Amino acid sequence: MKIALFATCIVDAMYPRTARATVAILERLGHEVVFPAGQACCGQMHVNSGYFKEAHPVVANHVKAFDTEDYDVAVAPSASCVASVSHQHELVARRCGDAALEARASVVGAKTYELSQLLTDVLGVSNAAVQLGSHFPHKVTYHPSCHGMRLLRLGDRQLNLLHSVGGIELVELPEADQCCGFGGTFSMKNADVSSAMMDDKAANICGTGAELCSGGDASCLMHIGGGLSRQGSTVGTLHFAEILASTLSNPVSVTGDVQLAGGTR
Amino acid sequence: MSNTFLGMPTLPVFGSGNLNATEPFPKAAHRELGNAQLRANLGHATHTIRDKRLKVVAELPDWEEMRDAGSAIKNATMAKLPALLEQFEANFTARGGIIHWARDAQEANEIVTGLIRATGETEVVKVKSMATQEIGLNEYLQEQGIAAFETDLAELIVQLDHDKPSHILVPAIHKNRDQIREIFLREMEDVDPGLSNEPARLAEAARRHLRRKFLTAKVAISGANFGLADTGTLTVVESEGNGRMCLTLPETLITVMGIEKLLPLWTDLEVFMQLLPRSSTGERMNPYTSLWTGVTPGDGPQSVHLVMLDNGRTAALADEMGRTALNCIRCSACMNVCPVYERTGGHAYGSTYPGPIGAILSPLMTGIKSEENNSLPYASSLCGACFDACPVKINIPEILVHLRGEDVDSQRARVKVPTQMDLMMKGAEWAFSDGGHLNLLEKGLPLGKLVAGRDKVIKKLPGLAGKWTQSRDIPAPPGQSFRQWWAKEHRAPSGVEAGESAEGDQA
Amino acid sequence: MSAREDILNRIASALRDSPATPEIPRNYRRATTMTAEQRLEQLVDRLRDYKANVFVVPAAGAPAKLAELLAGTASIVVPHRLPEDWLSTLLSVGKDDAGSPAVEVDSPERRLTVAELDAVDAVVTAAAVAVSETGTIMLDGSPSQGRRIISLVPDRHICLLRTADIVEVLPEAIARLDATSPQTWISGPSATSDIELERVEGVHGPRTLDVVILT
Repeated sequence: MKIALFATCIVDAMYPRTARATVAILERLGHEVVFPAGQACCGQMHVNSGYFKEAHPVVANHVKAFDTEDYDVAVAPSASCVASVSHQHELVARRCGDAALEARASVVGAKTYELSQLLTDVLGVSNAAVQLGSHFPHKVTYHPSCHGMRLLRLGDRQLNLLHSVGGIELVELPEADQCCGFGGTFSMKNADVSSAMMDDKAANICGTGAELCSGGDASCLMHIGGGLSRQGSTVGTLHFAEILASTLSNPVSVTGDVQLAGGTR
Repeated sequence: MSNTFLGMPTLPVFGSGNLNATEPFPKAAHRELGNAQLRANLGHATHTIRDKRLKVVAELPDWEEMRDAGSAIKNATMAKLPALLEQFEANFTARGGIIHWARDAQEANEIVTGLIRATGETEVVKVKSMATQEIGLNEYLQEQGIAAFETDLAELIVQLDHDKPSHILVPAIHKNRDQIREIFLREMEDVDPGLSNEPARLAEAARRHLRRKFLTAKVAISGANFGLADTGTLTVVESEGNGRMCLTLPETLITVMGIEKLLPLWTDLEVFMQLLPRSSTGERMNPYTSLWTGVTPGDGPQSVHLVMLDNGRTAALADEMGRTALNCIRCSACMNVCPVYERTGGHAYGSTYPGPIGAILSPLMTGIKSEENNSLPYASSLCGACFDACPVKINIPEILVHLRGEDVDSQRARVKVPTQMDLMMKGAEWAFSDGGHLNLLEKGLPLGKLVAGRDKVIKKLPGLAGKWTQSRDIPAPPGQSFRQWWAKEHRAPSGVEAGESAEGDQA
Repeated sequence: MSAREDILNRIASALRDSPATPEIPRNYRRATTMTAEQRLEQLVDRLRDYKANVFVVPAAGAPAKLAELLAGTASIVVPHRLPEDWLSTLLSVGKDDAGSPAVEVDSPERRLTVAELDAVDAVVTAAAVAVSETGTIMLDGSPSQGRRIISLVPDRHICLLRTADIVEVLPEAIARLDATSPQTWISGPSATSDIELERVEGVHGPRTLDVVILT
């Protein structure tokens, strides 16, 4: 299968390891990965902040990048960005009176999958240890992001994949379904409420005794990780794609110099 | 009058009364967040009700089918509202009820005052009603020399404490049992000084306090949960029996109901009386529901009035994207599950309608330009818990985003100097509308490392971004972006066997 | 222009995009799938969950059960058309036994005042229909149930119910009721959740609800 990777702006710029892990997993399964070069961002930040006019060229750019490329399905390691592509793009086009874009956006949206959706529903991955060689001998908790849960209805797809990783010890996160407080520009416009939500999330994560909190959205993980870091916690955050990509021979290092989900080396 | 619009199109006429925030939400939220007692009370109450709601909703095999029906019934109601209002009016009137129409809060208050004056009474008992909170009826009546006694326990607590409601179902949700006991001891003349903080004892104190009022009241004021168009029937859903007291004992009953409260059919109640109790108090059914159709000779009030209230509802109806907010049945499930409401409480929203539904309903009814209500649509992380909980499937996050768009456009038209947010969005538009632009910017990523400290995190940023770093670090950016790595280093595996390409060079 | 015309005009103007009227998908349960025994069992369970007292007795045992429940009660009120055998039982109980309650009958000819009702200890009524799934008893103001006020002011409500009048789901009950009758739906004794959202029984309505189900 030919799979087009939508890296998403935040992963592309801040967390390239997540996109590289995504590529690794898909290639390990024998699929061809392409990267439409024109891609940039889904435009969700603009839309969710009410800047529809500014969102229009961003959406148009994404649709152009993904409807000129030849591929079977597109994938992004982000529920939130996939929800934007599949739910918001048509809305933006309609609001801006761009009927042609609306039609094209609908086609692109229908072909775009979140990573766990693609792995589970399309590529038939049910046992990461067996099918991907995934091995990650660490104590991990998992935060399901709101858009994965409620917009894409991912259910336990990400969690089930993590459960099937060799060596992993998964611990349940209390109040997992509660928002971490990120919410895009909400984290700045309503910084106090956002921080209060993050504090509770951080406390729940630390209470599990896990070394790491995993999830499927780099933005939420950046928020949670940023809060944990500020509080001086040693608990890091890591995208589930990186855990799936980790193998016995090439483990993802979680100590020393490597900053988790920080993208530095 | 027919359903077809023949006249000149009118501009939306917005509502007045207790619908406005008096300060921006972030400012109010900042203050409320500082109240540890409030947060503890709200956390306890909202978690209790969430668990109860989930349990009773899970019991029904057809909950989603019920939500689908409820949503469709309300959409159908709005689509043919003029005809339904006239049908309701004809049926209610045929059975001896009298209908009054009020364009706004002031007009409704004047009508109610006039009706009370006509009875010669100077005291009235009240059943909890959001519509009368919205129009500020109690305050208005007080100015007119009429005393209105709230009889719902939570409303009584709020009234005795000279406070404001903070929740549409449990107006005193921000008070715990100790605080309630203290209010009763301080404000109830006839209270037992040995009153304990047990909820059962507190409820008993309220019973004693109000009993004489109920038995002697000549005029009652209520709201209505539903008006059934095909029969002209009104419904009040309650728990304590204070509603039954008010609806049954007095000679005169005055009900204030928003025009959107109609359901087309009596049969539709079979859907809504399953959706409402389970969504609001998390019960299979609320203890008491009263239904009346005009006047029943010999049974209950013989002088029965209904004030049909607009007060900005038609303005909300005129917003094609926002009109489903009028489908709200005031169950409060959205605020009970909202992480923002849970932390700030209802007072931060200013309006009578707090929480997620209030954050869309208030600005829809007052217009987005009204005072501080333009900050309300931003009072959400868009987590979507409200949409999932809503029994009539109002897509609150989508309407929040729509109203943010209305606000940005309205500001754009009025304010000429761009805000920091405007500039940030403009910059992001350039960066994100072209892969080449983003690539150019990403080449500067290593510069970010200079900003970061030795621990490779950024702890302080200027301006709007400083709101982020007030409580969160940002990791130092990577040495190269994904797209740069892809262009320079990615090699597709030669065979199916491959797969060690990416993670091999990450550490 | 009157407020009425004004508002109707505003609505018509607001709807000038002519939104479609959707079909109503009524795919929820509208009929019972339970046997009469299951409905009875469910109703008993749900009412007890609300802290109502529930007694299941054979129809012929109604007089004895009523006598037992009312022992020591000074006065009761009944609607004027309580089924004949129940009423005569109550009246005879009142006559024969000095310890039995005085029975007041509320009728169109003689309507009890609020003060009179406040002075009685209990009310005995029939019910129109009951919904087992929600534990709800519905009164519709017919002569066996009386005016709304009589089942409200006394502090104890004893409600007699026939098993034939137990349905499982709300839609079945709605189909049996006349919308325009003055109705009271009762699910347990008076209660409140206003303090910390915890339910406690006993506020303004009757604090004791006894339901006698006749099989």
